[in-house]
Amino acid sequence: MFRYFLTRLASAIPTLFIIITATFFLMRAAPGGPFDQEQTLSPEIMANMQAAYGLDQPIWKQYGRYIASLAHGDFGPSFKYKDFTVTELIAQGFPVTLELGVIAMVLALIVGIPLGTFAALHHNSAADYAAMSAALVGIAIPSFVVLPFLGLLFGVYLHWLPVSGWEPRSLSHLALPIIALALPPLAYIARLTRGSMLEVLRSHYIRTAFAKGLPLRTVILRHALRPALTPVASYLVPAVASIMTGSLVVESIAGLPGIGRFLVQGALNRDYTLVLGMVIIYSALLIGMGLLVDLLYAWLDPRVRVR
Amino acid sequence: MSATLSVEKLSVSYANGTERIEAVRSLSFDVAPGECLGIVGESGSGKTQLLMAAMGLLAGNAVIDGSVRFEGEELITRDSAELNRIRGAKVSMVFQDPMTSLTPHLKIGIQLAEVLVCHAAMSWRDAWAAAERTLGRVHISEPRRRLNQYPHELSGGMRQRVMIGMGLLCGPSLLIADEPTSALDVTVQAQIIELLRGLRSEMGMALILVSHDLGVVAGLADRILVMYAGRAVECAATQVLLQQPRHPYTAGLLKCIPSLDGPRVERLATLPGQPPQPGERLEACAFAPRCPRAAERCRIERPQLLGSSTGSVACHFPLTS
Amino acid sequence: MAALGEDAVRRLRASPVALGALIVMSAMIGLALIGPWLNPNSIQSLDWLHVAAHPSTQNAHWFGTDRLGRDLFVRTLAGTRVSLAIGLVASAISLLVGVIYGAVAGYAGGHTDHVMMRIIEILSGLPLIFFVIFLTVIFGRNEYLLFLSIGAVGWLSMARIVRGQALSIRHKEYIEAAVASGARAGRIVAKHVIPNLLGPVIVYATLTVPQIILFESFLSFLGLGIQEPSASLGTLIAEGASEMESAPWILLVPGGFLALLLLCLNIFGDGLRDAFQVEEG
Repeated sequence: MFRYFLTRLASAIPTLFIIITATFFLMRAAPGGPFDQEQTLSPEIMANMQAAYGLDQPIWKQYGRYIASLAHGDFGPSFKYKDFTVTELIAQGFPVTLELGVIAMVLALIVGIPLGTFAALHHNSAADYAAMSAALVGIAIPSFVVLPFLGLLFGVYLHWLPVSGWEPRSLSHLALPIIALALPPLAYIARLTRGSMLEVLRSHYIRTAFAKGLPLRTVILRHALRPALTPVASYLVPAVASIMTGSLVVESIAGLPGIGRFLVQGALNRDYTLVLGMVIIYSALLIGMGLLVDLLYAWLDPRVRVR
Repeated sequence: MSATLSVEKLSVSYANGTERIEAVRSLSFDVAPGECLGIVGESGSGKTQLLMAAMGLLAGNAVIDGSVRFEGEELITRDSAELNRIRGAKVSMVFQDPMTSLTPHLKIGIQLAEVLVCHAAMSWRDAWAAAERTLGRVHISEPRRRLNQYPHELSGGMRQRVMIGMGLLCGPSLLIADEPTSALDVTVQAQIIELLRGLRSEMGMALILVSHDLGVVAGLADRILVMYAGRAVECAATQVLLQQPRHPYTAGLLKCIPSLDGPRVERLATLPGQPPQPGERLEACAFAPRCPRAAERCRIERPQLLGSSTGSVACHFPLTS
Repeated sequence: MAALGEDAVRRLRASPVALGALIVMSAMIGLALIGPWLNPNSIQSLDWLHVAAHPSTQNAHWFGTDRLGRDLFVRTLAGTRVSLAIGLVASAISLLVGVIYGAVAGYAGGHTDHVMMRIIEILSGLPLIFFVIFLTVIFGRNEYLLFLSIGAVGWLSMARIVRGQALSIRHKEYIEAAVASGARAGRIVAKHVIPNLLGPVIVYATLTVPQIILFESFLSFLGLGIQEPSASLGTLIAEGASEMESAPWILLVPGGFLALLLLCLNIFGDGLRDAFQVEEG
């Protein structure tokens, strides 16, 4: 099994490398430069700035320098936030986004899976229809609509939770953004679990488990849950991608100082190094998630480990 | 002594929209303690459905009528929690598809030990040891190693032995085996039958052996019940049934078994026609369309199961010796 | 082919939820189209007398006005039109691309198919928004870029479905029989391939529209999509979000419209999927 993990790791690293290289060259090849939007500067100042940022070097050298500095965890200076390097910005914002995303993902799983299981056990009942309808609503309505609505309901009308802003260690500020982020994956996971559980419950080995006189709880938790979760495991990477996407908007609306907000700002300001750094971070996250899911598959189904 | 299992006028049907599909029709039989009853019938004869009804494993849309009593207790009316005391502990079932009947992601040891942990309140350690002993009982080599293996690491024959072992753990009074050999090679089939025979004499439990293969059943059963289209058509002691079948269907089945020391035949005998579909409504004798002895009465009136000293048969014109 | 349609229509009629969604959707679309004739205000006009006004039936501002005094009823309906237009056009494009890509991959089979499918696999893994943001940084904000990236959302699943169908059809006996009896490729495609593809394609096309509208709204919300002066529902929602505490209807109206539209499209698409009995995937 360790060998299995190593082979997966070995193919993940080149993928990340390709992404870094591709984005780097795409950026440099783009029309216009990072300073185009400033007021027109005199050629000398332009030349000085280019030199300062190393943009006058041949492109191979720039690439080499970039990779070298990446190895040291240095993403270069931000072109727009002049006083900060990208690394500093990432260090500031990453914990916030990570906290947001992880809690949302966990919430989606610990609510979605039981909900789907419940729906499967009460197949075709009113509760089943209600749950699945709610799930459909969760999937269809985007987070940038849900969050303001939730904010209106709980913040403005009911005054239960603050609508925006951020204080360290303050859960109530994070509550609404987390719920808005978690809702689409939660709904999808509930649907997946329901469908998959229904199928697993028809299996012969579940029939055997019931015939052995095991209580329902044991049959579900020990015999049915793991095979039923395989589609959910497949969905984990898209789920993380969906949460990452959602965080862009949620952070912007709620005013949370995470890297999602930086990415959006960076795009609007054409801040090359910032966006490049963000893309690399997000890609690394997704690839890492993919590796974790591969490990998860092996745990869920022992037959996979043989390969 | 009261019967271990007593089935009385059991009917199982399924509602499908406006139609009702009858799988089992007013079936009655008893199993005495320590007796082996063989149930024979083609697919669609309802034999599996009747077992499911007895074990409370039917699908949600099934409609059950009649009574199934185990050691005097009525099973049909019980809910799952109550049934769970009996299932796996006093009545065990072995299914026909060893390849898919074991949970793929759990070790064999867990699947065995959990029965004891659940029913006998044993600790996992004690249950694991008991499981190892049971594996030895069913003649599985290296039982300790096997306990830590997964189902896909075992052959079909070994898995079936594990299933049988699982059924024996709590010392049941009744073991139900539904086509235990159908998915296995012929040589392995013989081994499993031998195993069941040995276990029966060792433990003295009652056994219901269900199969479409009369040959498999004949080797082990004390009495044989023949089912057709959801009903019992004949029931008699094994030797009596084999030598003097009274129902034309039973006779036909016997003729279908090729024999090594009979006359050499040009063609294997078969029963012409098809058994009725589960949804068909039958007022008359279900076997009449295929019966070489069918008369007008057979197409109008359904024969009742009538008993005599040697056994019972449901036929207007039963065969005489 | 007629039989397939009849069966599907019958199943669809039997589902009140899907029909309900269809009706609501049609009502919204109808409203959006005839909106301009219903209300005297225009999209641009600024009513200085009624800035950030509540919805009321007294004046002509049925849904209220925004911070600049623009009538919300008219703006929302206009936004709905923009979102729908983009949704339909981009869906049509991705439908075309997806069908062609999938048909080629499925029919060619072998190595070509393998490579083409790998490309799809890799692309499906990337969250598109980052790609779009990245391109926006490089190329600036550009209407063509917008359409390109929006179209890129939908064609992946369509291509997969079409390729799956093409693969299975390729080996079916009646195709071989048709070829053996001398039928030309075009005829085979028309009489055999297309009727089998129609069901899944219709279903996925219907489900792609809300995906695309969602994506476009997302971009517009972030400020990377439709530019002034036109506004899609996403832009309106962004405006509303900033005014949320003082004038919530500025958010609620376009937000409600978008939510309802997406919901109905998804429900109807699900209903179609059940009616045509296409698998989820």
